[in-house]
Order: sequence, then structure tokens, then C-alpha cells
Amino acid sequence: MSEMTQTAAKPRIERSATASRTYTIFVIIGLAALILAPMFFYPIFLMKLLCFALFACAFNLLLGYTGLLSFGHATFFGGAAYFTAHVVKEWGFPPELGILTGVAGAALLGLVMGFFAIRRQGIYFAMITLALSQMFFFFCLQAKFTQGEDGIQSVPRGHLFGFIDLNNSTNMYYFVLAVFVIGLIVIWRFINSPFGMILKSIRENENRAVSLGYSVARYKLGAFVMSAALAGLAGGLKALVFQFATLTDVAWQMSGEVILMTLLGGIGTLIGPIFGAGLVVTLQNYLATSDFPVTIITGIVFMICVLLFRRGIIGEFYASRLGRKLGFEHRR
Amino acid sequence: MAVTATAKQEEPRVVLSARGLSKSFGAFMAVKNVDLDVHHARVHALIGPNGAGKTTVFNLLTKFLQPTAGSITLMGTDITRTPPDRVARMGLVRSFQISAVFPHLTVLDNVRVALQRPSGLSTQFWLPVSSLDRLNARADELIETVGLKRERNALAADLSYGRKRVLEIATTLALDPKVLLLDEPMAGMGQEDIGTVANIVREVAKTRAVLMVEHNLSVVADICHHVTVLQRGEILAEGDYAAVSADPRVRTAYMGTEEA
Repeated sequence: MSEMTQTAAKPRIERSATASRTYTIFVIIGLAALILAPMFFYPIFLMKLLCFALFACAFNLLLGYTGLLSFGHATFFGGAAYFTAHVVKEWGFPPELGILTGVAGAALLGLVMGFFAIRRQGIYFAMITLALSQMFFFFCLQAKFTQGEDGIQSVPRGHLFGFIDLNNSTNMYYFVLAVFVIGLIVIWRFINSPFGMILKSIRENENRAVSLGYSVARYKLGAFVMSAALAGLAGGLKALVFQFATLTDVAWQMSGEVILMTLLGGIGTLIGPIFGAGLVVTLQNYLATSDFPVTIITGIVFMICVLLFRRGIIGEFYASRLGRKLGFEHRR
Repeated sequence: MAVTATAKQEEPRVVLSARGLSKSFGAFMAVKNVDLDVHHARVHALIGPNGAGKTTVFNLLTKFLQPTAGSITLMGTDITRTPPDRVARMGLVRSFQISAVFPHLTVLDNVRVALQRPSGLSTQFWLPVSSLDRLNARADELIETVGLKRERNALAADLSYGRKRVLEIATTLALDPKVLLLDEPMAGMGQEDIGTVANIVREVAKTRAVLMVEHNLSVVADICHHVTVLQRGEILAEGDYAAVSADPRVRTAYMGTEEA
């Protein structure tokens, strides 16, 4: 019997080596494509795509790697957009500091929301996050600094580090791309760290983790705050890209959209949410000018996905014969 | 595979005790007024027919359930109201009836997860996973102790049931607990694994307290110093195996059909 487990164990290791090689190749191709993309596509569209991709990845850090379904992530995305827009426009902060303010604000909001939500599970967790994010929405509607229904308009992009003019859309694009890559590296490191190991074990068997002496709630809170901060990074970036922050970003529809993106792309895969975000943003962009109602189309896409590709696009690809041949393995 | 290092047998003393422990679920009293003393350097068996409340007693002692009445003391500290992860950090570590491994982690990673907290390597989210490699020496030692060396890099999910239980014992030992609570450690194991685990338990109990729920009475007779028999949530009999198995009430309640 131990003989058998031995032979079963070996190919797995080799396979993961092929997987990391294929992964490296994919990353290089993807990066090259993103670097060259502004020659072929409208930069604002690409920047929007990257912002939402980062947002979805941050969300996936919580759903895919911690197993917590938050229905309030718009709070961090939109909240950070407001904070960044406010400090950049009213206090004259440089863009890099403005984004960091957004991240810090989102992390703080995450700490508060996480503190109340983390002790509940499943639907109760989702409901508490939804309720708290609705409260934040009404706060934004009423507060002075958000300027209510108008939102914060004409936010200056400013000069990065004082000398790179972000009003130039090429400069802005590469800045967004750099932040996006940094965000992904942070997520990757977070998942593949001693902390990430404990998160994984909690997701695998929470009771056992408790019996090994881990305060499960604290680790979940840590992941929640990290996810909120990264969602804030995406939100702050978006405020600079579009040069405004409005109520749309903190509304519950935004929380729903990011769930949609993550599910479409594939929960618990590092690059799935990027594809999911790409699909949703592209659909929205191209359908916006047509006569088709966007929400109905995305709704239908979502239904097809749930019925046919339950693992999401990338998840299905990993589980397919080709994906397995390339060394991927989808574990859920 | 035998346990290599043999420790000196230490003197027994009470380390974990429960007084008047009771738990009711609605109108149903699962555990009634149980007094229990678990001694350092002794193997204590908790036996009884199905539904006698053995696992509930375990859950109460490890604080996975809150007792309705009674008190629990661990090494002089009252832990009646202490949360389960704190209790684990104080040195009272349990195993579960259903195998409790992390299925999609390798054997090595399973043991390393247990070692991470005592080594202060569980909150670093900025370090690479390779920073955990310095736990490998200790992890390999534990893996070898329980005879899982050849399965070191296999996923826990791919192990047989018996091997999973053995792995669970390795992760439990990784915490270097003062008191071990093993919930049916030998259930579903092959004869070879039973022998391995019995040896491990005997060895481990020289320097620690062990409380185990076990149905295999020949194992109980072989390695346990003290036996408590539960029936319908109450203590029916107590003493060493010879005394307990000679008790006519125990024979009718439990052993009548299962003469060891």
C-alpha cells in the first residue's frame, strides 16, 4: 500500500515542476502582451481593465484562498477611490501618496468590517458584509467630502514622483501596469508565504487548525484586511485613471460585479479573475454603444458560466486535458 | 518501524481533571456528572458502547463544546471558559475521530503546519514558503517516528485511512503537547499500523499524559494503565483493565459480547 502511494506521489511533484515552467512562459507572454497593448487598444479601456482585474484578484484572495464570500468589497474599492480623489484634489497630494492613502483607508475599513463579519460563516458572513457596505454607501451619499450625487470630479493625475507627467496617457498606462504587477506580486507572495500556508490549512480543515492552536479568526481577519487593502489599491488607481470618484464605485452592484468576474474567471486560480474582469469589462465596453442591454447580456453569460463551466474559464482550462498536459491541476 | 529514542518513564501526577462535567443538548443529557483525572506519564482509556458520550467528553475537555455544568483544570489552571485554540497552546492537543489531516497538503506540509506556530513562523506574509524549510529537520524526524518516510511528499488525500491517522498523530506530536487526547486512534487501521501506533502511544506516554477513546480492547489491555467506562453519559466503572473487565456491570453493559 505504501508502495502505491509512493508511485502516486512522484508524478505530482514532476507535474508541479512542469506547471511552474508553463506558468513562467504564460506570465512572460502576458506581460509582453500588456506592454505592447496600448499600440492596439484605447489606453483608458486597458487601464480600466487592469484596475478591475486587480480588484477581482484582491477579491479572489479572500474567496478563493480563504473561502470567505464577501458581499461588500465595493466599500474598499469605492472608499479608496474617494480617499485618493479627495487627498489628491483638495490637499494636493502627489499621485503615489494619494494611492497609498486610499490603500490605508481601505485597509482600515477592512479591519472594521472584518472585525464584525469574520466570526460568522457562509451566508451570515456575506449578509454582514453587505449590510456594512450599504451603511458605507449611505455615509458616502451624505458626507460632505464625497460631494453626494455629483461625486468628486476632475481629479488631477499630477506628476508621479514629481517628474513623470501622468496626464500623458502612455505614462499613465505604464504606471497603472506597474501598480497592477506589484499588486499581483503581493498577492502571489501572500498566498505562498508561511501565513498563506496557515490560511490554506484553515480552508482545508478549520477544526484541525484550531486544535493545532491557531486563532483562526485572526488569520481570516488578516486575509480580509489584505484583500481590502488591495481592492483599495485598485480603487485608488481607478480614481486617477478616470479622474473622478462617484457613488457607482461604492454601490452594491459593484460588489456583485467583482463576484461575477471572479466566478467567471475561476475561483482560487491566480490568473482566472484577470480573465473574468477582462471579459466583463470588454462586454460592458462594446455593448455600451449597441442596443443590447448590458446587464441582460452579462446576466446570460453568468448563467451560462454557472451551468456549463462551474470552475470558471481558467478553472475549466486547468482541469481540461490540455491544461493537465501542461501540468496544471485544479484543486477545489 | 519502532520508535527509536526511548525516554525514561516519569512519575505519574494529575495534569488534567474534570469535576462534575455535564453537557445537555436540549432535554438530552449527553454527559452526566463525570469526574475524570488524567495523569502525567500514564495512558488512560475511555471506553464504552456507542453513544456513551466518549466523544462529547473529548469535545468538552478540549473546549470544542462548552460544558453545561462542572469544571475542568489543566495543570492547575481552570480552563472551563478558555477557547479551544488557547487550550491547544497550553499543551492540551487532541485528534479527531474522523481523520483530521489537511488533504491537499503533502505529508511534509501537514507536519510543518503544526510546527509553524510553535516556531513563530505563522504570521509572516512577506516571506517565501521556502522560509519554512528550516522546519524540515524536525518534521522529517516526526515523519520517521511514525513510519511515513516513504510517503513524505505524497498528498495526505492519497494516503490510506490508517496512514492518515498515523499522520495525524505525527502532527499532534509536533506540538509537543503535555496532554494528548486521541479519539479512536486505531479505528480502521490495519494490524501493522495498530502495532506502530500502540508503540508510539506507549513511548509518548512515558513523558506525557494520554487519554484515548478506543474500541480495540486488546490494545486497551495492552497499553492502558487506567480505564474509565462510560455508559449513557455516566461513569460506570473505573480502574485498571483487569479490575474493570472483571466488573459484572461492565460485562453486561459492554463486554458481554466482546470478550477480549
